[in-house]
Amino acid sequence: MTLLRHLVDVLSPREGGGLGPMATRCWAEAPAFAGARAYLAAFLLAFALCLPAAAQQSLPPAPYAYRQLEDPRQEAAAQALMETLRCLKCQSQSIADSDAPMAGDMRHQVRTRIAAGEEPEAIRAWLVQRYGDYVSYAPAVSETTWPLFAVPALLVLAVLLALWRRLRLRRRA
Amino acid sequence: MRWWWWIPLALFALFLGVAAYQLTQPKDEFIPSTMIGEPLPEFDLRPAAADRPGLSDAYFRDGTPKLLNIWASWCVPCIAEAPQLERLRQSGAEIVGVAIRDRPQDVAGFLARYGNPYSRIGADDLSEVQLGIGSSGVPETFVIDGQGRIIYQHIGDVRAEHVPLLLEKLREAQD
Repeated sequence: MTLLRHLVDVLSPREGGGLGPMATRCWAEAPAFAGARAYLAAFLLAFALCLPAAAQQSLPPAPYAYRQLEDPRQEAAAQALMETLRCLKCQSQSIADSDAPMAGDMRHQVRTRIAAGEEPEAIRAWLVQRYGDYVSYAPAVSETTWPLFAVPALLVLAVLLALWRRLRLRRRA
Repeated sequence: MRWWWWIPLALFALFLGVAAYQLTQPKDEFIPSTMIGEPLPEFDLRPAAADRPGLSDAYFRDGTPKLLNIWASWCVPCIAEAPQLERLRQSGAEIVGVAIRDRPQDVAGFLARYGNPYSRIGADDLSEVQLGIGSSGVPETFVIDGQGRIIYQHIGDVRAEHVPLLLEKLREAQD
């Protein structure tokens, strides 16, 4: 029983649908055990527990998690939006790519809202209001992100300037 | 060779250095809610357990601050935080639960094994409330003031050292 307690501590403090972050967490916290053998055993056990923990949700997926909308144009709009929204549990995937139950619930939200006539950008704004820019893969110019847009433009400008000077010198020569 | 020819290489080395450094840094996977200070969204959840009523946003607007605990019977860290929630309840905090994607028999089994600190438990089958308040995982614990506004978010399981802080936040919300 105490071993189980330890394992609960070793496990991520939160449940995740994505195995990636969860596995790294288990890995990162395992060194609490002294000794290489104990470390290995703990790691293997923790990993073995990680896998079922992610698959334990017993409820069926939300109605529109995997079902497309009847109207192909609405479905296309929903799909385009879902591909630019970040899954919160498996943060390197979009909600269109993820099989995490929470991503399914987010797809359900997107599809039902689109079906109700909401604009895709309004749905994005609704999510950004709750999770910040982090939830959106579509880059937006803001106070913190403007250098990302300005630097490439400046670089292109500098290159064009250098090129123009070179060409002018060559023509003179 | 002129010295400025080395600038691109130096920039590249700098970039490489920053990338290598960042790779050694632990990544923070928590996404904080940006709904702090905002009112709860409208919701009305069916009861998740037979012996506790369900939950709606109106319930929070009775003048008393409450803890809103996002949990699930399938969530392992929720087992770890159960004794701490019980301590919070004994210290006078009212805790209401939102069970994410859960079946009644699983909820009943969990509460029978690990205790029931909740005054009400709503069943959030489509994660609507979770998405509505900007929560990105289980468990999470929110402090809600007596007008139904979100005051504070605790991400992850509540451990012994977090209990005084949550009680303090509840007191602040009361004033």
